[in-house]
Parts: sequence; structure tokens; C-alpha cells
Amino acid sequence: MDASHTTPVETSRFQMRALIVGIICILLCVVGAFLITDGLRQFFHAYLMGYVFWTGVSVGSLAILMLHHLSGGGWGLVIRRILEAATRVIPLMFVLFLPVFFGIRTLYEWARPLETIPEGHREVIAHKTPYLNIPFFMGRFVFYFVVWGLLMFFLNKWSLEQDRTAEPGLRKTMQGLSGPGLVLFGLTVTFAATDWVMSLEPEWFSTIFGLLIMAGWGLSAFAFVIIVASRLANRPPLAGVIAPLHFHDLGKLLLAFVMIWAYFGFSQFLLIWYGNLPEEIPWYLERMRSGWQYVGLILVLFHFAVPFFLLLSRNLKRHARTLAIIAGLLMVMRLVDLFWMIAPVAEVHGGGALGLVLNYWMYLLAPVGIGGLWLSYFAHQLRQRALLPINDKGMENLLEQAAAARHHHEPELQGIDRPEHI
Amino acid sequence: MKRSKIPQLYGLMAEFEDPTDVVTAARRTYEEGYRRINAYSPYPIEELSEAIGFHRTILPLIVLIGGILGGLAGYFLQFYVHVFDYPLNIGGKPLHSWPAFIPITFECTILAAAFSAVFGMLALNKLPQPYHPVFNNPRFALATRDRFFLVIEARDPKFNHEETTRFLQSLGPYEVIDVET
Repeated sequence: MDASHTTPVETSRFQMRALIVGIICILLCVVGAFLITDGLRQFFHAYLMGYVFWTGVSVGSLAILMLHHLSGGGWGLVIRRILEAATRVIPLMFVLFLPVFFGIRTLYEWARPLETIPEGHREVIAHKTPYLNIPFFMGRFVFYFVVWGLLMFFLNKWSLEQDRTAEPGLRKTMQGLSGPGLVLFGLTVTFAATDWVMSLEPEWFSTIFGLLIMAGWGLSAFAFVIIVASRLANRPPLAGVIAPLHFHDLGKLLLAFVMIWAYFGFSQFLLIWYGNLPEEIPWYLERMRSGWQYVGLILVLFHFAVPFFLLLSRNLKRHARTLAIIAGLLMVMRLVDLFWMIAPVAEVHGGGALGLVLNYWMYLLAPVGIGGLWLSYFAHQLRQRALLPINDKGMENLLEQAAAARHHHEPELQGIDRPEHI
Repeated sequence: MKRSKIPQLYGLMAEFEDPTDVVTAARRTYEEGYRRINAYSPYPIEELSEAIGFHRTILPLIVLIGGILGGLAGYFLQFYVHVFDYPLNIGGKPLHSWPAFIPITFECTILAAAFSAVFGMLALNKLPQPYHPVFNNPRFALATRDRFFLVIEARDPKFNHEETTRFLQSLGPYEVIDVET
């Protein structure tokens, strides 16, 4: 029973490849950091972007997992083991924060000695030092990971216990932790977003910024899970269990995340544009000139408009492969969004097309590098457990449905012509 | 039976006691070639709608068009009022300040889409409908309780009173009844 529920063998090959690609990309970035002008500056900003993105996939998965424990439903059961494996990468992200710590003075203006900060910024930043200082910053970083780590640890522990003992009470236990867990998630992500991304420009603030990053993290985690599920859908043990119905649900939730991201993003823009205050508006002015406006336009089109209209289609949502393509586009757009937030701060200038490549290539390689390590560790974690929570109360229902579908559909497909179905 | 009686017939109604039976019967009826068929159940059965060949409605399209028109109307109203009808300088912003128009455009889209969904659904179902022949069978009231009904309408091209009655009888119903218009 147990062996038949594990991950397909290909994942171990994938694990090795991802690790190699990840290490090569990171090494190239490190070499580049010391070789080219302003290389370190570019390296740290690119690394931060990749770090925030992949941490978001892990922590976003944690949130979706808790959401599933609270709400139940077949869509959550079929992806639960993927989510759990993604949350178990959180310890790796704790370690990978090290480069950000080393680059703290390069990245964050507030971390530099006060006398080196330009006159105009000094007063505002001095005013914010009770919050924005290195020891407190690191303390908060540790605190976020303790919270996420504990939630991850217990939810994974109980889920494994459920596989072994089939104890029905565990379902309630996991549900009981998920409620407060989601509240903690909301608070920690808000603060983490403020610390890691918003404080890159310490004079600027936006109260919705934490929610914007939260929506982004949820979106990238959801897109990631859809891609993994679609890759596993045709092979046992998920084949036959995960049905178009589940992809339909996942697609609807993906659409909801796309909309909530756009809603938060536009809300932030509208209020700052309307207020037009000198301490708020520069953030957008900076991102609406010298080429950044085109990146913004790409976001409006491909992070919102195109996926929004595509995901309205019922057929598309029920087709795993097509849905995975949209999910892939959204993951790329998540990176573009973080690029648009983080890269303008680096202010690396240089002429011509060559300058463009030299000043920005690490923003491509660093996320791929961290992603390689992340995916490799994820594949390792995914292989540790059965791919379905076989002893959950909902599984019985799910397997019954799957069996019924097999019975009904085969003769039906032959007997009835259905011209409207693609 | 006289021929002149036949146009008076709305169709044949078979009553089933079990949801699985009615789905099987509906499938068989569709396979047999009948197209003007309908099924009634106290609760939604997804397989049943599929079995009678009811795959698609144009309702989503109506909602989409309704939403788009609502959005355009909302935007145009603001554009017309702010730029032509009553231009006001608000905080030094241009008269045509599109970001400020987005929330109302969005709300109008939702409102019009919701109205299209409700009224479109009513119209497509031909509701309200004070009279429908199926109620001529007094037992039909059970369709809201614990019985399932399958109806083949007389205007179905394949419909033949005797043959269709025999066919429905073969599906194992509780009973088959003539329904008059």
C-alpha cells in the first residue's frame, strides 16, 4: 500500500539536476559580483529578489496548507503532500538568508552609519532607527522563521502521524492550529515584507505593502503547486485520483489570487497617486521612467489582464497542462514584480545594450540559482512521504469518486457524441 | 386512438424511485436518439444534466457581455461628467484622471454582470412560467421530495406514442404516464 503511493522515480533525477544548475548559477553570480563594476551591489539585490521569491513559495504553501485544514475539500487533499513538502524547505531558506545578512549595508541605507547617509534622508532615517537597526532586524528575522518553522513542524508531524495511526482526532488538531496559524502568518509576512523589501527605501512607506507581498506569495505558491500537480497527474499514485474537477478548483483559486494581487497593487497605486505626497510618490515616479514603465506595463498585462481573461474559461481550468502554462507565466511574473520593486533601488547605471545586460544579468541567474537549491531540496522532501494522505477522512470520498468516474466515463465516452466538448 | 388527439399530448413521463435509475434511463434515452427530453430531480445531479445532453448554456457569455458593457458604461459616465458636463479642478489633477475612475468602473462591471446573471438565468429558463404541462400529472409534486422524473416530449422527431411508451417501460420506471398539454 505504502510503496504504491510514493513519488515517481524521475524526481530523484530531477533533484540532482536542479542541485547542479543551482550551484552553477550561484557560483557564476558570486564570480560576477567580484569581477564587474558595482557587481556586489547587483549581486545582493538580485539575491534578495530570488530569496524573497522562493521564501514566498514555501511560506505561501504553508498558508494554503492551513487554509486547506480549515476549509477542507478535495482540491486541498490532492495537493496536500506537495504543499507539505514545500513548507519543509523553510529551514533551507533560513540558512540561505546568510548572504542577505552579509550584504545588509549594501542593501539597506538605514543599516549604514548615520553620518554617511545623505543630508536629505538622514533625519527621517534617524527617526526610524528604533525599528530599523541591525540587531532588531536580525531578531525579527529569527522570530519569523521560528513561527513558520514551528507551524511547519507540527502540521507535518501530525500529518505523518495520521498516515501511520489513522487517528481521526488529528484532523481537528491540525485544524485547531491552522486558525491561529493563519493569523500569525498574516502578521509575520506583513513585518517580513516591511523589513526585507519596503525598508530598501526607508523614507517610503505603504500600509498595504505587507498584503501585496502576501498576495504575491500566495499566488506564487499556488502556481507552483499547480505545476507540480500537473506533472504528477498522469502517473500513479495521483493518476485517476486527481481529476479535471480538482484542477478546475485550483484554477478558480489561482484566478482569485491573481485578482487579489491586482486589487492590492492598484489600491496602493491609487492612494499614492491621489495623495501625491512628497514622501510617497517618489517610489512610483522612480518606477515610471527610464524604462521601468515598460516593466510596469508588462505587469499590468501579463500579471493581471492576460491571465485574468484566460482563467475565466472553464475548459482551460479543467485542462491540467494548459493551466500549468498559465501558472508558469504567473511565476515568471511574480519575479518580474519583485524585480520592479527591488532592482530600481540598486541604481546601477551604464550605457547601451551591453550595459543593460551587464547590470541586470544576475537578476535572472540568482533566482534560478536559489531556485535550483530550493527545488532540489523540495524534490528530496517530496519523496520522503506518500503522495496522498491516505488515512484522512476525506480520502475515502475522493477514492470513491475516482472509482465511480472510471466506471461511468469509459462507456459513456464511446456511446454519446458530445460535439461541444473539446 | 385518433390522430387528432396526438398534438394534444405534451409528452410521456416516467417516474423513478432511485437517482441511479433515472441517470441510467436518461443515458439510454439519449443514446436511443431522443433529444427533446428533460429530467426532474429534488436536488441537482450533475450526471443527470450530462446524461440528457445538457452541456452548455450561453449564460456565461451573457454575464461576460453584461460585465463588459457595465464597465464601459461606468467609465464613460465618469468620463463624460468630468470632462464635458461638469469639469472641476480636483487637486490639480487632469480632468480625465483614469486611475480615479477604475474603482467605479470595477463596481459597475460587477453590478451589471450580477444583474445579467440573475435576469439572464430567469430568461433562459423562461421564468416566471405560470403554467407548465408536467404539473398535469398530480404525482409530479413528488419531484420536489423523493421521486425522479424523465420526460420525452411529443415534438421530438423520434417520438411515437406506442413505441416510446414501450421504450420507457423497458427502463424499469415506477410508472409511465401520458402528459397532456
